[in-house]
Amino acid sequence: MEEVVDQSLREMRDTFASGRTRSVKWRKTQLEAIIEMVKDNEDKMCDVLFQDLGKHSTEAFRDELGFVMRSATTALNCLDKWVVPKKSNLPLLFYPSTGKVISEPYGTVLVLSSWNFPISLSLDPLIGAISAGNTVLLKASELSPNASAFLAKTIPSYLDSKAIKVIEGGPDVATILLKHQWDKIFFTGSPRIGKIIMAAAAEHLTPVTLELGGKCPTIVDHHSVSKDMKSVVKRISGGKWGSCSGQACISVDYVLVEKSFASSLIEMLKPMIRSFFGENPKESGCLSRIVNKKHFQRLARLLNDPGVQASIVYGGSMDEEKLYIEPTILLDPPLDSEIMNEEIFGPILPIITLRDIQESIGFIKSKPKPLAIYAFTKDENLKTRILSETSSGSVTFNDVMIQYMCDALPFGGVGESGIGRYHGKYSFECFSHEKAIMEGSLAMDLEARYPPWNSFKLTFLRLAFREAYFKLVLFMLGLKK
Amino acid sequence: MIIGVRSNVKEDNPASLGIRAQSLSVFAYVSVYVMVKVFQAADATDLVTELRRSFDDGVTRGYEWRVTQLKKLLLICDNHEPEIVSALHDDLGKPELESSVYEVALLRNSINLAVKQLKDWMAPDKVAKTSLTTFPASAEIVYEPLGVVLVISAWNYPFLLSIDPVIGAISAGNAVVLKPSELAPASSSLLAKLLEQYLDSSAVRVVEGAVTETTLLLEQKWDKIFYTGSSRIGRIIMMAAAKHLTPVVLELGGKSPVVIDSDTNLKITAKRIIAGKWGCNNGQACISPDYILTTKEFSPKVIDALKQELEAFYGKNPMESKDMSRIVNSNHFDRLSKMLEEKEVSDKIVYGGQKNRDKLKIAPTILVDVPLDSQIMSEEIFGPLLPIITLNNLEECFDVIRSRPKPLAAYLFTQNQKLKERFALTVSAGGIVVNDIAVHLAVPTLPFGGVGESGMGSYHGKFSFDAFSHKKAVLYKSFIGDAAIRYPPYSTGKLRLLKALVNSNILEIFRVILGLS
Repeated sequence: MEEVVDQSLREMRDTFASGRTRSVKWRKTQLEAIIEMVKDNEDKMCDVLFQDLGKHSTEAFRDELGFVMRSATTALNCLDKWVVPKKSNLPLLFYPSTGKVISEPYGTVLVLSSWNFPISLSLDPLIGAISAGNTVLLKASELSPNASAFLAKTIPSYLDSKAIKVIEGGPDVATILLKHQWDKIFFTGSPRIGKIIMAAAAEHLTPVTLELGGKCPTIVDHHSVSKDMKSVVKRISGGKWGSCSGQACISVDYVLVEKSFASSLIEMLKPMIRSFFGENPKESGCLSRIVNKKHFQRLARLLNDPGVQASIVYGGSMDEEKLYIEPTILLDPPLDSEIMNEEIFGPILPIITLRDIQESIGFIKSKPKPLAIYAFTKDENLKTRILSETSSGSVTFNDVMIQYMCDALPFGGVGESGIGRYHGKYSFECFSHEKAIMEGSLAMDLEARYPPWNSFKLTFLRLAFREAYFKLVLFMLGLKK
Repeated sequence: MIIGVRSNVKEDNPASLGIRAQSLSVFAYVSVYVMVKVFQAADATDLVTELRRSFDDGVTRGYEWRVTQLKKLLLICDNHEPEIVSALHDDLGKPELESSVYEVALLRNSINLAVKQLKDWMAPDKVAKTSLTTFPASAEIVYEPLGVVLVISAWNYPFLLSIDPVIGAISAGNAVVLKPSELAPASSSLLAKLLEQYLDSSAVRVVEGAVTETTLLLEQKWDKIFYTGSSRIGRIIMMAAAKHLTPVVLELGGKSPVVIDSDTNLKITAKRIIAGKWGCNNGQACISPDYILTTKEFSPKVIDALKQELEAFYGKNPMESKDMSRIVNSNHFDRLSKMLEEKEVSDKIVYGGQKNRDKLKIAPTILVDVPLDSQIMSEEIFGPLLPIITLNNLEECFDVIRSRPKPLAAYLFTQNQKLKERFALTVSAGGIVVNDIAVHLAVPTLPFGGVGESGMGSYHGKFSFDAFSHKKAVLYKSFIGDAAIRYPPYSTGKLRLLKALVNSNILEIFRVILGLS
């Protein structure tokens, strides 16, 4: 394995040095190939996603395949614009110098993706790395083995295999990879592993983008959205259970609502869940399963806490063999329980009641900064308070998850939920070094710039730097001391 | 204010603790020791707790507070320039002009720009309403402070490199702790005094000290760490930051090459190189021209031009010139001496080479064709030595530069347009300057930062504000439009619809999902 990695790295570095990946034509060809790859292999991709996660093909298409195609198309359409150097306006002091900023690829980059959206979380960063002109090594997660194998087998037949490589494996492979020097590392996964990645990157001063997670709260201000409550409930339910069964970094983790409305909310959630998955969600084919036994047992442990068990108001049934956990609603589980202190990443939805919805701000602030905050409210004051008093990767008002689709918005965390961002042009920037270029003129020269120093030069430079040009002229004419 | 016991721990020998040999300092240390509290772990924790409380209370968020603090920084520049110049002279032998122009004046500009632009910077970025994927929603990017940040600065431009990042931190609305370098003790002490005197100490603090204090600070959880210094320490900083997932800006260094083409105006080239090298803290600057690359044929002319202008600038006896900083301390003096004394290097000196350890002075020294694997060509010089490496063909400069770690800056002197373009495109460095040296540092509209070994992140101008901000994406969605296609149960019908849409127009699919078709 060490040898494979060494050789791959060497080849990618040579390819980068050759300059091939710098050409816009090359980048576009690769992006087109990604679109083609997805189109040609739709069924196979849906198949592996079903095998790894029990994802329904519609969900797979919506969240992964379609998303990747759109992402690649956007990059294709915008690349010519993105690669244009940005002209900088220089202060008059520097005339006639000019300045600009060029986006330059970092070089050879490493993308480590996650198991929950193994196709999109692998290909989307790849799209960013390629559009920025890098060579890239992708390691998909071993916890989604079919998707990982698919990518390892299929990518080489569509993309430039001297520049874009795929490696399979688990933590042992990751450890080998992390010993090497990369020009950038892009990681999607848990904060715990994020810390390990960043520490490894520090050895080589490698910049990182870490897309992590957190407990994404959803505020339901029932006073101001009562008219649209059905839509609220639908969006929360669809966001929670309709996307990988809650195993998403931006999933609705828990709901905050006023005590007076909690039971109404629950009574609306129940039929909504049934309308999505029928009376027996296990057989519906529309609910992804838990990825593996380890995560199943983790979730079972969260649920089996006596205080948490007592708070179950809907669902709660589990089938370890089928890795199935029923869409479950909790009402006010103990706040010091594990389920309220770690990212759930599963189909369990705690509803936390408050006396007053304004308390949601303080509640959210007491926890690490999440990747997203969702708030269903039309109250402008509450919106302002949420925006200015809480901190999160992003905030979405009156919907959930959808910010992921908006590639005009940067997608990334803050604090525990991550470092850096991507999507759209931010993906391009994520994998680029913004290099400043300044050009001076050899035609004109300013004596005051040079030693030996004297008080004339000092005054001259002082005035020049202050851009006090009028005073400077006076000074030069001897009319000012 | 917390004052640390200043120990003369040398950067490259953290284990040793030296006491400054000068008797006055010994006396000062004794008296200071009696009065001063040693900075301990609990102090670091208390400090961060206090600043976090200030931040959570909203002290630093408002526009008024930020502008007031910035204006106070301006007052420091206005009222205390002579003291700053004096401290810099004590620490580095820095000439008044360098202190006044390259530290104070630059800071003044930086502050004025921030004050002028702050309202603009703080305003959210509107995201195009016409974006198909957001319609009928609207979106914006809100700038929010990260929280409590740590700025660790360097000894060579102690005022500039301390206050400039602090300007960024404050404009972005953070609470900030500054740790100036202990290798410039007079400046560190003056910074501590002035910042405490002028700024809001509930949110802006200075911690003086060396390795011990820095280590204690690094154990805390910060919302951002901004470090200026060496690559070696940069790694340590990032490693410490990783424990808390703290984002970092690392402004490091490297060997900034200067490529000289034979078609250049040699007189101006030589003057700019000299001003940029010896005229900027005597070569002790992160973007100092480190070494020259030119052709064998042109090299003698380059050497002559440099000699001529060096004499014009510093006279026949540069060791006596008051227009150059001295070497910062004996540690660095010895480091540079060793470089010069290395076998196969010492015989390559073509100009200068004089040294005076007592005065911590080394004359401007030019060398030609030292071995590429010598010390002087393997590590950042950070001193008044300038090796010239000659090539058969100027083309070879690209390979030489590429074979080394990416520097903070790369310079090219030429009139050849094609060469300029090729250089700008293919040489990877923090920043590139053609036909001048170091000036890009003073341009607030250019991001200043490194890549690879020379660092990560950037600042200056709005880039400083951005460096200390979190750009939070905000999406405002309405309740109009809720396509069934978004939700289970997933029928084959829905999938067929999705696929059909994909084949026709990829963007249509999202209009459907968002309930617009």
